[in-house]
Amino acid sequence: MTVVVRPRPLFVALGLLLALAIWLSLALGPVSLPLGDTVRAGLRLLGMPLSGDGLARAELILGQIRVPRTLLGLAVGGVLALSGVAMQGLFRNPLADPGLVGVSSGAALGAAFAIVGASLFGGWPAWLAPYVLSLSAFGGGLGVTWLVYRVGRRDGQTSVATMLLAGIALTALAGAAIGLFTYLADDATLRTLTFWNLGSLNGASYPRLWPLLLVTAAVAVWLPRRATALNALLLGESEARHLGFDIERIKRELVFCTALGVGAAVAAAGMIGFIGLVVPHLVRLLVGPDHRVLLPASLLAGAALLLLADLLARLLLAPAELPIGIVTALIGAPFFLFLLVRGRA
Amino acid sequence: MLRTEGLSVSRGGQSVLDGLDVELRAGEVLGVLGPNGAGKSTLLAALCGELAVEAGRVELAGRPLADWPGPERARRLAVLPQSSSLSFAFRVEDVVGMGRLPHASGRRRDEEIVGLALEAADAAYLHGRSYLALSGGERQRVHLARVLAQLWPGGEGRVLLLDEPTSMLDPLHQHTTLQAVSDFATQGAAVLVILHDLNLAARYCDRLVLLHEGRAHASGAVDEVLRVEPLRAVFGLDVLVQRHPERGHPLIVAR
Repeated sequence: MTVVVRPRPLFVALGLLLALAIWLSLALGPVSLPLGDTVRAGLRLLGMPLSGDGLARAELILGQIRVPRTLLGLAVGGVLALSGVAMQGLFRNPLADPGLVGVSSGAALGAAFAIVGASLFGGWPAWLAPYVLSLSAFGGGLGVTWLVYRVGRRDGQTSVATMLLAGIALTALAGAAIGLFTYLADDATLRTLTFWNLGSLNGASYPRLWPLLLVTAAVAVWLPRRATALNALLLGESEARHLGFDIERIKRELVFCTALGVGAAVAAAGMIGFIGLVVPHLVRLLVGPDHRVLLPASLLAGAALLLLADLLARLLLAPAELPIGIVTALIGAPFFLFLLVRGRA
Repeated sequence: MLRTEGLSVSRGGQSVLDGLDVELRAGEVLGVLGPNGAGKSTLLAALCGELAVEAGRVELAGRPLADWPGPERARRLAVLPQSSSLSFAFRVEDVVGMGRLPHASGRRRDEEIVGLALEAADAAYLHGRSYLALSGGERQRVHLARVLAQLWPGGEGRVLLLDEPTSMLDPLHQHTTLQAVSDFATQGAAVLVILHDLNLAARYCDRLVLLHEGRAHASGAVDEVLRVEPLRAVFGLDVLVQRHPERGHPLIVAR
């Protein structure tokens, strides 16, 4: 398989796709806004003194619902795709997934604790309540990843194979703990827990958004600085070391970026599968494995595809809304199978 | 250039290298021979800082190897492993170009060097191909070009370590590869090469070390090492040592 698309046309195409996805995400929904209204309301949001029919309502919909939701989709899709690239590079396996090092299951455990804990312990303190789910999910993701990393580390070196196995074991353990919380939950809590596990961009709000936007920006700035190191890492760890890279530090950074990125994404939007797995894989098929192109292209593609998936989630059963995790899995899983079958042929 | 003094390494409680002194000199190819498990690969791993040294020292240009900062060391010391696990669809020139990562010589100069290194490894015709579409032998030559590019243009002060660079090559390319390595040394680099083929070693190496259970059973000029007794003692193999009719170096035939 060789490179199909040159980087420049790919970036142009991804830019256009992303612009289209952003526009649709802002314009479509239970109340559809014409393009003109969307643009004018957007300008008014930015402080331009425009006025017109229904513009105030459009501004309200845009500012309170669609803009935060779109920003959430962009950040979640982008950071999940970037984390996928980092994990596939770290494990030198094009089919690795950010879930492998336990981030997702750790975050899920943290969320289950926050959701069920609220009813078990009679509610969280009022000042903490809005943030407890995010903080707990984020902390759970980081914590489990740190454990996986510790187990994989011996004599100052990190064994990626051991980390993989530790990830499987801790994912199972987290699953058991989540099962326990599920068992203890009452009916209403159970419903919240289930929906959270399916992921959703619904209910995006600025307080939940800021931490994720910051993390996404940090990861999006940091990972591309390690693009050549990731390229060298694909040759093998010793080879990369012989090329002068401090591989232990690079591995630590990759694990930390993934834990941070996936933890923040899961904390803000619940469990959304397959973006981190399929997007980098797809982009690699198009432009080849060079991380200097792969990282920024995956960021754009992940953001665009997650917005489009969210559109489907909003529109398929309108006015009801499908959890977005169902949409990404419905599209991602068959696509993944297709890649496996095609790869073997 | 690169030397060890009383080098000892053990793995899993078992001594693999036991007080080994090895010296790589500028402009020379040093061949390392020995049966499986003699410690050849361990020696190479210790020489490139991959393994912690238990006792003794490893020095690159008079300075302990561990004291060299990574990128600076990478500009002087390159290692060709026995096999590569690369499983991503890089183009051939991208793989070779990774040898230029420790340098900041600019894209145009790097491309030029990649071309020259591919030519030196007799792999120029692979330019533009996907790495995954290559045969095992072609991949091995691409990686040779990569380590040559890493040290390009060679010369004094550069050290190249090769672990069985001919293991997957056809007879012609076994010779072209070792000729390229030997030419690289002639320009001033110090080269260490692990080999299994005694006749290839006889032809392309300037000095040999015959390893046996972690010690140098014999070392020195090719004629001193490739004799009946050391080969029988180390490999347990009965051989005839003759002369190459045209080149005069020893020619080893099993009896």
